[in-house]
Amino acid sequence: MHRRTFSAGLTAIVAATLIAVGSARAQEPIKVGAFLSVTGPAAFLGDPEQKTLEMYVEDINKGGGVLGRKLQLISYDDAGDAEKARTFAKRLIEQDKVDFILGGSTTGTTMAVVPLVEGAGVPFISMAGAVVIVEPAKKWVFKTPHTDRMACERIFEDMKGRKISKIGLISGAGGFDKSMRQECLNVAKKHGIDIVADESYGAQDTDMTAQLTKIRNAAGIQAVVNPGFGQGPAIVTKNFRQLGLQVPLYQSHGVASKQFIELAGPAAEGVRLPAAALLVADLLPDNDKQKPVVVGYKKAYEARFKSEVSTFGGHAYDALMIAVAAVKKAGSVDKAKVRDAIEATKGYVGTGGIVNMSATDHMGLDVSAFKMLEVKGGTWSIVK
Amino acid sequence: MSSQALQFLLTGMTVGSIYALVGLGFNLIYNASRVINFAQGEFVMIGGMATVSLIGHGVPMVAAVPLAIAGTTLVGAVLEKFAVEPARRASVVTLIIITIGASIFLRGLAQIVWDKKLHVLPAFTGDAPITLWGATILPQSLWVIGVSFLLVVGLRWFFARTLTGKAMLATANNRDAAQLVGINVRRILLLSFALSAALGAVGGILVAPITLTAYDIGTMIGLKGFAAAILGGLGSGMGAVVGGLALGIIESFGAGYLSSAYKDAIAFVIIMLVLFFMPHGLLGSRGADRV
Repeated sequence: MHRRTFSAGLTAIVAATLIAVGSARAQEPIKVGAFLSVTGPAAFLGDPEQKTLEMYVEDINKGGGVLGRKLQLISYDDAGDAEKARTFAKRLIEQDKVDFILGGSTTGTTMAVVPLVEGAGVPFISMAGAVVIVEPAKKWVFKTPHTDRMACERIFEDMKGRKISKIGLISGAGGFDKSMRQECLNVAKKHGIDIVADESYGAQDTDMTAQLTKIRNAAGIQAVVNPGFGQGPAIVTKNFRQLGLQVPLYQSHGVASKQFIELAGPAAEGVRLPAAALLVADLLPDNDKQKPVVVGYKKAYEARFKSEVSTFGGHAYDALMIAVAAVKKAGSVDKAKVRDAIEATKGYVGTGGIVNMSATDHMGLDVSAFKMLEVKGGTWSIVK
Repeated sequence: MSSQALQFLLTGMTVGSIYALVGLGFNLIYNASRVINFAQGEFVMIGGMATVSLIGHGVPMVAAVPLAIAGTTLVGAVLEKFAVEPARRASVVTLIIITIGASIFLRGLAQIVWDKKLHVLPAFTGDAPITLWGATILPQSLWVIGVSFLLVVGLRWFFARTLTGKAMLATANNRDAAQLVGINVRRILLLSFALSAALGAVGGILVAPITLTAYDIGTMIGLKGFAAAILGGLGSGMGAVVGGLALGIIESFGAGYLSSAYKDAIAFVIIMLVLFFMPHGLLGSRGADRV
């Protein structure tokens, strides 16, 4: 009798302890790892991305978290340096033991981290543009932004409508620039486009008239495409007008922000570029599926940070939401289950487009996710 | 000359004038102290960013420009007073390292005081390009070239005709002797930092409408200015001008006729050749002592 009471008591204690441990575990936050280029040359990418992650992690936590657990954001600034990105990713995996990783503002920093996440088996969603990130598809690597190849294809489609077939390329020396240039070269033939001039400029160059003069003198030139981001495209646009080139100028989605129009000033008039719906949220027709998402994100971001929303922050939004949805679906933070859930993402409506991933497509967007925009009267308009 | 070559020449001269201004700033400080001031590019950045920020606060351009120059001059003087002067007994290498630290500090400060975005200044006299024999040049480029020319002429006059200028020359020549004849060497050092900060600021403001400005433009422009100073001969005033223009024009022709991908490499390869075969540069005399 006595003995029985004792053992019953013991069982109760053990059970209580187990419950306590269980609920303590439930209280332990889900660790969201991030490495972003918050400072340095790619700060215009990393800064809005960081802000977006902070804002929505806070938001989700206010709404009770995910699976009853809070999110904890552990974010490092790689300053656009691939070597630092690698170090930070290592720290995220080994020391911080995060549940998944978001980030890689640039293609360079992303690719430096790919071998690490593949080796450690951590779900990783990149916010960088280049197609090499998801092609060929890597088991643990996903990305949210459109690829540069899609941007080229969208531009070439638009050119077809304007009966343009001979074009010049002027591209920067950055990872994004080089990759998009390569993709444009790769898909040009398929679209009946002949690239008759192919120039480049350095990351910190302040004058591209020499390169543009060469392009202007190329025989039969009908349009110029400038794959690039940062200050380069703004200077190219100014130099382009200075030299009096009359052919259409196409920029890439890399400069799809109001800042480009501010920097290039009146020279930006008539420039076309492919961009995500977010940039023209207010101009979208009401029946557009993306409208509520992009308008919601834009309003929230602009109210909180008092600065213009950018598509780059949108990539961070999409990355976080896809990861969170996957954790919910997997019902745990088990890395393999979360990975499978991310890969099974279907019909997610994000700022970048409608995402349908598969085993071979770890991005899940198609060319229609890009709207073709033209600068008119100092602002964007959608080209019909 | 074909219009294409003329275009490359005009482009090269615009860019080269900026290199020359930065190179001059290097030389001023080098002469007074034998220190290579690696924060020179940051002066260029502060000049441009301060003007942008003042205009953003509603100050008219005509007032913003002198204010920004004055502010940058003050930064230069403060840098000398509180970072370089306390270490004046240290070796030149130590002082150079201090200026590298100062440049990183100033860049970080600019990031916090202002922001990380690119900015642009409105052109002084419009954006309509001027056509010359088939080549085009922006009115702002004429401003860059013209003002740089005036500054170079002004500096020559300053060193040849004013007592302070002569005192600076004397200090550059022989510091101990200058001190013996009653020149306040410490004041001269302060002055050289202030003056080269002002030069940098003018350059930064002039080019901001063309090249855009941001907190981190100082590094590259500082390196190119340094290259210009080396090419022309470290310590030689005319050398910096010749070096700067030559560098700008070579870069532009290199980008136009060879490969645009290796534009920066062309510049730096030339510097290495100069350092190997002509260590005193184009115009530097062996005992380089002229400003």
